[in-house]
Amino acid sequence: MTDENPSPVPEASMPVVKRLGRESGKAESWLFAWTCRGAIWFSVAILGVLLISVTKNAVGWLDWQFLSSFDSSRFPAKAGMLSGILGTCWVIALTILFAVPIGVAAAIYLEEYATDNLLNRFIRLNLANLAGVPSIVYGILGLTVFVRMFGLFGPQGWIHEFTGWNLEGFFWSEHYGQYLIPLPFGRVVISGALTLSLLILPVIIIASQEALRAIPPSLRHASLALGATKWQTIRFQILPAAVPGIMTGVILAISRAIGETAPLVMLGAMSFVFFAPGNLDSLSAVAEHPEGLIKAPFDTFTVMPIQIFNWVRQPKEEFKYIAAAGIVVLLAILLLLNGLAILIRNRYSKHMRW
Amino acid sequence: MIESLLFLCAMVSIATTLGIILVMFSESVFSLTGGTAFFQEVSVWEFFGSTTWSPQFADKHFGVLPLLCGTILVAGIAALTGMPLGILGAIYLSEYASPRTRKFVKPFLEVLAGIPTVVYGYFALEFITPFLLKPFFHDLLGFDVDGFNALSAGIVVGIMIIPMICSLSEDALRAVPRSLREAGYALGSTKFDVCVRVVVPAATSGIVASFLLAISRAIGETMAVVIAAGQSPVITLNPLKSIQTMTAFMVNISLGDTPAGSIEYKSLYAVGLTLFFMTLVMNVLSQWWMRRFREVYQ
Repeated sequence: MTDENPSPVPEASMPVVKRLGRESGKAESWLFAWTCRGAIWFSVAILGVLLISVTKNAVGWLDWQFLSSFDSSRFPAKAGMLSGILGTCWVIALTILFAVPIGVAAAIYLEEYATDNLLNRFIRLNLANLAGVPSIVYGILGLTVFVRMFGLFGPQGWIHEFTGWNLEGFFWSEHYGQYLIPLPFGRVVISGALTLSLLILPVIIIASQEALRAIPPSLRHASLALGATKWQTIRFQILPAAVPGIMTGVILAISRAIGETAPLVMLGAMSFVFFAPGNLDSLSAVAEHPEGLIKAPFDTFTVMPIQIFNWVRQPKEEFKYIAAAGIVVLLAILLLLNGLAILIRNRYSKHMRW
Repeated sequence: MIESLLFLCAMVSIATTLGIILVMFSESVFSLTGGTAFFQEVSVWEFFGSTTWSPQFADKHFGVLPLLCGTILVAGIAALTGMPLGILGAIYLSEYASPRTRKFVKPFLEVLAGIPTVVYGYFALEFITPFLLKPFFHDLLGFDVDGFNALSAGIVVGIMIIPMICSLSEDALRAVPRSLREAGYALGSTKFDVCVRVVVPAATSGIVASFLLAISRAIGETMAVVIAAGQSPVITLNPLKSIQTMTAFMVNISLGDTPAGSIEYKSLYAVGLTLFFMTLVMNVLSQWWMRRFREVYQ
């Protein structure tokens, strides 16, 4: 209203696009509010329906036998999830090992060291785009780089062509009748873990950056004023203060990695797997064959979501229920992790006041 | 010393991007490791112009249009499902909900976002198609509903992108300053008027950006589509038919015993490259839109 002389008549000062009667305006407002409310509760209800319907299908199939036995392609009643559970443990443990240190280090660089030059701006821009790359594209990358190693090794590979060597692997093991570390890696745990690491790296970096950014400058200044070096400040003041935030981001990234299927399917993780990585299905097996601990990361594997996907594809009716049972196990783990992340966040956002 | 070590870690992300581009280009455009690349055997014109996709038959055709059509169909259905729910939900959370309700609802949305896509696929195949689509479209309206269909996949992908649209749009809505709302009320507007004519227009840039990101996610979505939408590459706009998306084709190839180096195998990279560029364009567009049209308030 730039009028210098606003009219005293109220009607004239209300040129809101279209004049509505008082009553209809109220009704419209009321209707809109309830539509919005409906939308959000509908979304929550969908979650409920999903969980209940899947659980209903799983009832009767989810028992100790299902959790403790290996898969069975012919007898659905004997199918179990043990190979998937152990496979997921191995893959995720290695993923954490690779992705968390690199991710946090990259975040520290970007937040604490990086100056505003072209390269660093490019890194930041690239990070945002990388987070939006479909997971299946990472699968292709992993397939070419980690599984096949660009086809460098093997009888038709470059290495053989140029040098005549036929490199098949390192550390021959009598117990397994194969190399402990094959070359190229092939469709093994470590290929999967490396692929998933690349996949969740942008997520971890972005979350850690936010956690580091939330630390007030006063903390840095105080530490530097007391004579600490830049690295000491980061190592002993900033990182410990940022740990809860980083942890939350890491847990959410890990739960994403646990549920991720497409990239591992691209790698060609086997469908029906009847053993654990390195045949380590119990502690006594570890004691008998400690070299299995080296073998396991280089063994073929399956993970929980791939088992579920495989069961869904089976024509036999019973596998439908097996898949539901698998989903319940997977969701239980993910809900636990999600709950943990929310708990950490709520706890520290309450206690920490800068 | 420490700085350069940390710098190397940051460069891993650049290396990943370069790796993706290099691998895709090497197999599909120009082969760096010897042998012929995909586009050296199949012309770009045939790839984007012909309408038959049959890489695994004896009579091979490589026209990507059926896969593109399937992908766009699923993404379109997902947008129609997810957009209204996501944006209305965001308006509710930012304008109407009490802090208690927000605190209660947000974790549910996070859980919804964290559910693996295989689970959504199972949900579409075992529940949405038999208990929702078949009774409605087949029994009530008399249409043919395939066991695998684009609609069920599109609906679950739509559900999947609700949390993303909702939280990004909510951030945009909350960034609109209070003074704007109060000015609206001072002029005698109802809450509806303030929401729809003041707050939402002011937050348009953020909402559009969230929409573009969500579409990019829907295009790249894999497992739900593989499980629920089927494996038949046909050009159709009928959502009740079985279709095949680009991602579904890629999974299908990797499940079979396709020897490395064959032309079907290389088509995987060509399709992957197409997918990568589509999502990249969407992401870049989204960021650009955000920067370009963001209203800056003091």
